[in-house]
Amino acid sequence: MLGYILKRVLATIPVMAIVAIFVFLLLRLTPGDPAAILAGDAATPDQLERIRDRLGLNDPLYIQFFTWVGQLLQGDLGTSLISNTSVSSMIGNRIGPTINIALMTILISVALAVPMGVIAAWRHRTWVDFLVMSFSVLGFSVPVFVIGYILIQIFAIELRWVPVQGYVSPGEDFGDFFVRAIMPSLTLATIYIALIARMTRASMLEVLGEDYIRTARAKGVRENVVLFRHALRNAAVPILTIIGTGFALLISGVVVTESVFNIPGIGRLTVDAILARDYPVIQAMILLTAGIYVVVNLLVDISYSFFDPRIRY
Amino acid sequence: MTDTTRSTQSAFAALTRLISLPGGARLGGGPIIAALILLVIVVASLAAPLYVPYDPLEMKALSRLQGPSEAHPLGTDPFGRDIFSRVMTGGQVSLLIGVGAAVVSVALGLIIGLVAGFFRMADAIIMRIMDSLMAIPAILLAIALVALNGPSLGSVIIAITIPEVPRVVRLVRSVVLSAREEPYVEAAIALGSPMPKILFQHLMPNTFAPLIVQGTYICASAILIEALLSFLGAGVSTEIPTWGNIMAEGRLYFQIKPGLIFWPGLLLSLCILSINLLGDAARDVLDPRMKKREG
Repeated sequence: MLGYILKRVLATIPVMAIVAIFVFLLLRLTPGDPAAILAGDAATPDQLERIRDRLGLNDPLYIQFFTWVGQLLQGDLGTSLISNTSVSSMIGNRIGPTINIALMTILISVALAVPMGVIAAWRHRTWVDFLVMSFSVLGFSVPVFVIGYILIQIFAIELRWVPVQGYVSPGEDFGDFFVRAIMPSLTLATIYIALIARMTRASMLEVLGEDYIRTARAKGVRENVVLFRHALRNAAVPILTIIGTGFALLISGVVVTESVFNIPGIGRLTVDAILARDYPVIQAMILLTAGIYVVVNLLVDISYSFFDPRIRY
Repeated sequence: MTDTTRSTQSAFAALTRLISLPGGARLGGGPIIAALILLVIVVASLAAPLYVPYDPLEMKALSRLQGPSEAHPLGTDPFGRDIFSRVMTGGQVSLLIGVGAAVVSVALGLIIGLVAGFFRMADAIIMRIMDSLMAIPAILLAIALVALNGPSLGSVIIAITIPEVPRVVRLVRSVVLSAREEPYVEAAIALGSPMPKILFQHLMPNTFAPLIVQGTYICASAILIEALLSFLGAGVSTEIPTWGNIMAEGRLYFQIKPGLIFWPGLLLSLCILSINLLGDAARDVLDPRMKKREG
């Protein structure tokens, strides 16, 4: 088991290294000069040259790359070209809202989607199944920001139950945080619920046909125990996998949802950085999100044996 | 040559069977309705220049943000442009991006996947690169590509394509890996068939059925991502009306003019919904193994 975990952890290194090279080259090999953007339209060639020199943009590519990686390995993410503050403090200031919304989204999604999928499989080919599947297909088809605006229109503008936009940290006022975070979380959860419910249903359908389920029922085990203890546990691996790979959807969704609900998180930070060509911030953010995705999927892989003791490494 | 054509034919035969099935027991009415809705949206978008009452780009300062009226069935936007004309015309570019991204990513993924599946040496390197690409959130990668390459139609299609390619590669590779163990492939190798012949004539046709299904899903997801990109300010140039651009412009006016987001959003969602349903139906017909899994 330990050997397996170590092997999996080591396998993430080449993936992250390729991500780093890719992001670096992506930014350097496309047209557009960050020095020109920084200096503004009125800059003289001389000024441009000095800015490039200060940013190290005149060095050969490989030196720029190794300087960056060297700093990264020392925990230094660089300095923003636009605001001139350190990238790590920028991320530190804005990661809180994103983490809180993401956690709430995952809680809501798993709590709703897994029972939805289980019930749909249990009542296969009935109206309940049809309803869950319809929701699931619909969830994939409506853009996340349209869902956000529909929720705003109904609950904030018509019913006035919640504020339209904005964010309050849970440490400051938990009630206010909850009221403001519930709509972004629901918005973000829609596609995740669709994904997890669909996979739970498919996986459960397969397991419910197994002999041991018939045996359990035959010896009089209560139906909810059959469903949630016998069947769900055996159906868990594909569900966990989809929660892991679906994490990419969640990250993409965060970027959009933060724009809709005006939440000062890292999603909006990244979009602003990309549009302003703030290289150090873009590099750090893409590396960070890719890292989160890789770690989540690593944890998912390792957790398989916890849910399914037949899996041994 | 016969092998390739036969497999292509069977794939298309399966597709035609799918379309001509009269709401039968196997498929239900869903796919038929989906195909009809999609057909209406596609025809209405392509024919939009023939029937829309106004030039979708024409601004009129005097008729800004009007409500629905006989002259403007859905009202006007903040620049006095007719929303109905814009939404109907906007479908053209959105659909073009969807189809373009699907075709390009399937073509690229097919070539890379065939190479990865057939040559063990290349496999390790290609798959590491694909794993890395998949770790980067698609939307961030796409915004970065558009922001760096400019908001042209081509650059948006490429930006949507690149994050999709690894998924196609994985699919093609897995099909090739299992097909190359088949006796007919081993026989072809034993007989000394040239490598391109084995690759393109014996192995490639196996990928067509799953690729048709995958391409459908990519088309739906590309239309969705186009909307997200425009919404975030990294889509096709704002002078071209697309569903995404109309909604992006509607952001600031959402509280006074929800229709700017609602109408294009509705058409877009209906379109994606129908494409996804058709993809599911195609999968059921072309890949019965999956049908059993999903019940």
